[in-house]
Amino acid sequence: MKDIFRKQKILKAPGRLKRHYDVVIVGGGSHGLATAYYLAKHHGITDVAILEQSYIGSGGAGRNTTIIRSNYRTPEGAAFYKESVALYERLSAELDFNLMFSQHGHFTLAHSDRSLVVQNERAEVNKLLGINSRVIDRDEVKRLCPQIHVGDDVTWPIQGALYHPPGGIIRHDAVVWGFAKQVCRSGIEIHQGIEVTGFDVRDGRCHGVRTTQGNVSAGVVLSATAGWSSPVAKLAGVELPITTSILQAFVTEPVKPFLDKIIVSAQMHIYVSQTDRGEFLIGAEVEPYPTYSNKGTFPFIEYSTRHVLELFPQLHSTRILRHWTGLCDMSPDYSPIMGLTELDGFLVDCGWGTYGFKAAPITGVTLAELIATGKTPALIEPFKLERFYTDTLVSELAAAAVSH
Amino acid sequence: MSLLVNCPNCGPREIPELRCAGESTSRPKTTPTVRELNTYVYFRRNEWGVQKEWWFCRSCEDWFLAERDTYSNDVKRTWHPEPAA
Repeated sequence: MKDIFRKQKILKAPGRLKRHYDVVIVGGGSHGLATAYYLAKHHGITDVAILEQSYIGSGGAGRNTTIIRSNYRTPEGAAFYKESVALYERLSAELDFNLMFSQHGHFTLAHSDRSLVVQNERAEVNKLLGINSRVIDRDEVKRLCPQIHVGDDVTWPIQGALYHPPGGIIRHDAVVWGFAKQVCRSGIEIHQGIEVTGFDVRDGRCHGVRTTQGNVSAGVVLSATAGWSSPVAKLAGVELPITTSILQAFVTEPVKPFLDKIIVSAQMHIYVSQTDRGEFLIGAEVEPYPTYSNKGTFPFIEYSTRHVLELFPQLHSTRILRHWTGLCDMSPDYSPIMGLTELDGFLVDCGWGTYGFKAAPITGVTLAELIATGKTPALIEPFKLERFYTDTLVSELAAAAVSH
Repeated sequence: MSLLVNCPNCGPREIPELRCAGESTSRPKTTPTVRELNTYVYFRRNEWGVQKEWWFCRSCEDWFLAERDTYSNDVKRTWHPEPAA
């Protein structure tokens, strides 16, 4: 009984930064931590340092809208996210940390014939890969989610939806803390408040990083810096096909639980879910201009509330509690960019745009394998940076742009 | 506060009245190789700081250039490009 109230320390103080590590991971978000975790677990590599300029989970990992799903459009994308959902399903037990993952189902609403065609295409790709996903009509939307307004008296009446039962929400901070706890236990060092100021690039190879606390040499350097990927990669002289924009979200004050599904509408550019605390969590698409400025905008609140009220008129007098933004590293084809670059010893994990959090565990598994063996796993072969030089893109726009 | 951009024709306009077409890039001068062409099409400097970018005004349907700080969102200046020679 006493154990329940015992204070647990998640992070161990790492001590001074050493002068050499086998692997240095820049960025202490969900991806950096997951990669470190699987490096230790699957490959026994523990001479690793994670360098985070702020605190762990301060970027996208703590700002996303916590949706986990795998109903993507391309076979490459769907197969990859399917593995990620499978890992998330057993992650609480594995990390010995309650991540509060609840798979209540995910709707991508269709408001037009064209949209239904795309949802059907996604459903077929998903079924072929064994992902539970199907297109349902308006009556079934109403039956499965009676709270939603399906009438014709709105701007975009609902015609049907892509229904993805394994889709769910998770507590995103717990994912960060769970990974961090196990990473610390394995002996890997998490250094917070250390900024990377440059890379030691000689003879076409990255030999280490320069930081605000001295130089560190490393066998392999991984940049998992999401929205800051371009400035970081530029320090190493690596160019990326990335633009950084902000994505905004807000939560309402907590209300009685009445929505267990996740509702997404690509037409309205919103996604809605109710958190375990009863808050309605509403997010949108990225702002239509590149920026690193983490400032929210009023037009966002205006259009997203207008659309949410068409779906849920019940929320008409609910007040907004918090509103925040996060940086998104958008790639041209809305698929991630992972793995080797033309600079030896420098790996990137970026282009995660608006869908990085849901891929954290599988990214960790595959990047850890790449770092340990030097070979790109088949699952992430389609996502290498080289595809932009050879024009072999993986277009995920239909399923990733707004459809969280 | 959202971002206000000064259209050279219409004056200060909000984002819904404009379209940002991204940073200004330089077109390959000679017939490019596949790699050069793809670099031109896909790769971006994604500047943290002041960058030169293309904007389109939906009111006057005209293109213009702007210098904007991507960190503070300060628009330094906007102007019409010189006509191509």
